[in-house]
Amino acid sequence: MIDPKGAAPGAVTALLQASFPNAVTGHHAQHGDETVSIQREGMLDLFRFLRDDPRCRFDLMIDLTAVDLYPGSPRFEVVTHLKSIEKGHRLRVKVPIEHGQEEVDSIAGLWVAADWYERECFDMYGIRFKGHPDLRRLLLYPEFKGHPLRKDYDYHLQQPRVPLRPIRERHDYEMMVEYPEGVIESKA
Amino acid sequence: MKHGLTPSFVTTKIDAAINWARKFSLFQYPFVTACCGMEFMAVYGAHYDGARFGSEIPRFSPRQSDLLFVVGTINHKIAPVLKTVYEQMAEPKWVVAFGACAASGGFYQNYAVVQGIDRVIPVDVYIAGCPPRPEAVLDGLVELQRLIQEQGPRGFTGINPRQTKEDLLLSR
Repeated sequence: MIDPKGAAPGAVTALLQASFPNAVTGHHAQHGDETVSIQREGMLDLFRFLRDDPRCRFDLMIDLTAVDLYPGSPRFEVVTHLKSIEKGHRLRVKVPIEHGQEEVDSIAGLWVAADWYERECFDMYGIRFKGHPDLRRLLLYPEFKGHPLRKDYDYHLQQPRVPLRPIRERHDYEMMVEYPEGVIESKA
Repeated sequence: MKHGLTPSFVTTKIDAAINWARKFSLFQYPFVTACCGMEFMAVYGAHYDGARFGSEIPRFSPRQSDLLFVVGTINHKIAPVLKTVYEQMAEPKWVVAFGACAASGGFYQNYAVVQGIDRVIPVDVYIAGCPPRPEAVLDGLVELQRLIQEQGPRGFTGINPRQTKEDLLLSR
């Protein structure tokens, strides 16, 4: 998490604090790379500012993913990494969201590269991106239930698409479970 | 005779002769999904030369192949494709699980990966290793040839699943 005390804000952080006084809830800087934590409301305006303002010029969206802080609060953080090729600086933007309100604004309209990152993030974490042009699963198959990178997803739980043949379980030799045909494997 | 050779003949059974022919003419279908593919290429390259064992020609149509090499991690998303490819192959056909992931899921015990391709299709020979050394692959190939010579093709597999490796070991 972001340490609110201590280090003075970096240049971009200070600019954001001046331009969006209520939006920035925390900041952090290490080795010249800055991190800001912002509110979900109005995040699109802030991202547009970061892209277009001549002092920011973040023209490259490097990465977008989420962190599940289960069982903490806020439950998720959507983390976006930006870089300015022109200025050479970087910024990490975190958007905390609560369980039950997994929706943030899509930035695919600002950076085209965000399209598939947001689809993957939706696939793995179930976070919806408002305004995304085509929010479908990216990696998993459409009939998959749930979002596997959530900490409360039982990672042993498999969802086969073809009926499984009966075999003896090899992984756990003490138990030697006989799986019937078509069973969904779960160790939980 | 002029060159010192005497006229000769051998006697055998028709099954033995056909199985002998089968085991030295395995046309393989490489179903390569992951890093094991590199080792697979090494085996079928000039240095280790899988052609020495009569398993020279890869066929990229399942209709023309006898041996399905499942090389690499199979996840649930691609499992229906693997099953279709297997069902498209004409009898007689054999399956080799190449490497830890194909044989057992390997170190992927998670939501995505099939815990061994024998959950989807019957397997004749399992080759261990992550990835297997080429020597291990050739050992597996020779093991498969032994199975073919001794047992020949087994029953039609479209409806009745073939024996698993455990059943096979018990029946020996």
